[in-house]
Amino acid sequence: MPKFVFTLFTALTLMLAFSANSLFAVEITNVSYDPTREFYDEYNKAFQKYWQDKKKEEVTIIQSHGGSGKQARAVIEGNEADVVTLALAYDITAIAEAGLIKKDWQEKLPKNSSPYTSTIVFLVRKGNPKNLKDWGDLAKDGVGIITPNPKTSGGARWNYLAAWAWADKEYNHDRTKIIEYITKVFNNVLVLDNGARGSTNTFVQNGQGDVLLAWENEAFLTLKQEGDKYEIVTPPTSILAEPPVTVVDEVVDKRGTREIATEYLTFLYSDEGQRLAGKHFYRPSNPEILKEFGNQFVSTQLITIDNPLFDGWEKAQKEHFTDGAIFDQIYVKK
Amino acid sequence: MKNTNSIGQALPNAFQPNLWGRRFLIVITTLFALTFLVAPLVVVLTRAFEYGWSPFWKAVTEIYTVKALRLTALTTVLAVTCNTLFGLCAAWALTRFQYKGRGFLITLIDLPFAISPIIAGLIFILTYGRLGWLHPYLVDWQLRIVFNVPGVVLATIFVTLPFVAREIVPVLAARGTDEEQAAVLMGAGFFTVFFKVTFPHIRWALVYSLILCAARAMGEFGAVSVVSGHLRGKTNTLPLHIEILYNEHKFSESFAVSTILVATSVIILTARNVIEQLAKKEDESNVFRS
Repeated sequence: MPKFVFTLFTALTLMLAFSANSLFAVEITNVSYDPTREFYDEYNKAFQKYWQDKKKEEVTIIQSHGGSGKQARAVIEGNEADVVTLALAYDITAIAEAGLIKKDWQEKLPKNSSPYTSTIVFLVRKGNPKNLKDWGDLAKDGVGIITPNPKTSGGARWNYLAAWAWADKEYNHDRTKIIEYITKVFNNVLVLDNGARGSTNTFVQNGQGDVLLAWENEAFLTLKQEGDKYEIVTPPTSILAEPPVTVVDEVVDKRGTREIATEYLTFLYSDEGQRLAGKHFYRPSNPEILKEFGNQFVSTQLITIDNPLFDGWEKAQKEHFTDGAIFDQIYVKK
Repeated sequence: MKNTNSIGQALPNAFQPNLWGRRFLIVITTLFALTFLVAPLVVVLTRAFEYGWSPFWKAVTEIYTVKALRLTALTTVLAVTCNTLFGLCAAWALTRFQYKGRGFLITLIDLPFAISPIIAGLIFILTYGRLGWLHPYLVDWQLRIVFNVPGVVLATIFVTLPFVAREIVPVLAARGTDEEQAAVLMGAGFFTVFFKVTFPHIRWALVYSLILCAARAMGEFGAVSVVSGHLRGKTNTLPLHIEILYNEHKFSESFAVSTILVATSVIILTARNVIEQLAKKEDESNVFRS
């Protein structure tokens, strides 16, 4: 009897263990941020087909999604990603500082290693009952705002900086007034989720708040699914969000996947990759393909992170988001 | 043969609340169970079948769901086996010998009950992760623990550790060592004593604890969420997969997959009741014999 149980158990375990992974296909892991789920789901299929045609080799792509900062942390702690496709350059720089990626990563691929861009818009309930048109309206009393937490989410940091950029212009670089404005905005925040997708669910599924500060692509996706209940407000100024991609050197060298990982990322710049990005509401970086999408993307004044106001991600991160920096000061006040 | 403490037995009259008091208690209990247990379950089921049978079937047979189910099954089997071996050893060590530090050992075994699962997960990251103190050795051995299947299994074993030991210790303690001593005096070896004398007494307690352990292992979310890295098709267990589906706006799919977990819970609870009945019957017949 015990012998029988033992045999049965061993057989069961081996069966489960081996069925879990197919041993023969090449496998690469893409650790990405929250709202790219639908895009990479379709892009991976396109790439699998492309690789099959080109190399006659089957490739399995494992996806992982979550708040951009959190995902970067997981890669640093040992989540073996062959490629990272995160929400902002600073999170990749953090991985580079931990020694997994070479410091000059952002020059390896065209356009700051950002094959697609996006911006920050307001998603409001149908008819815009609180009449929210521009960043200034977010500081009004009684406006309920939903945004993710800038500590863990990349999108949230773009939200915050877009508001900052507006205030900088509005108050003529008066720092006290800018901070006062940002404090008011964050006093109006009802729920601070970990990632962009969590915030979307809070706003859409749980019906919280009057306005969701969202990635343009995330807002479009919500409209596509529940268009009759929401509308997008594109503020006259916003920020140019460049979500970058790169190969994780330490991992690909160890696993011998550099070639396929690099190809996986360059395919993002191909016409097919660019069209898929546009289809999923990311702004293609190739101007020709961008034109194909006509009026879908409203052109507004977009400030870049390299603008003297922020002077790149490293400085912006230090000044606004590290422990004890401006965000901590204004959010603790609440 | 009268059971002195069985459920539903009338209390002496002095302690009986009056009719209205009784009704009040029954209504409160029922209402509470309905709102907090039955209503959410009904929601799960209705949303799962929102669009009928075929989308439901498609959701539960989808490749990532099947892979998540396999991983959950593997994790549960390994966690239950591991904790059975550990639990039996621990129960024996805690009830059959006297030594210094025994109390401390009991506390230690209870630790996973007291600790938040997220801490449990972080402990594993800090130990086995790329920056963890064991990492250099793991690299030498080409082992990957966290953000990989072993991490998921380890985290599950951690949170389910106390179940078996906790169930068996009281039974062994209550039985005392008389029968075992008698067996040893008659010349029985360790294994004979264990399988012929000890094991029959703890059999039901063991089965019962295995069931609880399996239920907990299948449903574990927190600790596993920390160590899994959310690699879809690789380290995603069923509970994690449900969260992913929900986050991807696939609400009816996520509820459809939830029904798998609900169904296993129902099976487990039924099994538990059956086992309780069997154990009770056997107890009674034993009493008659002696």
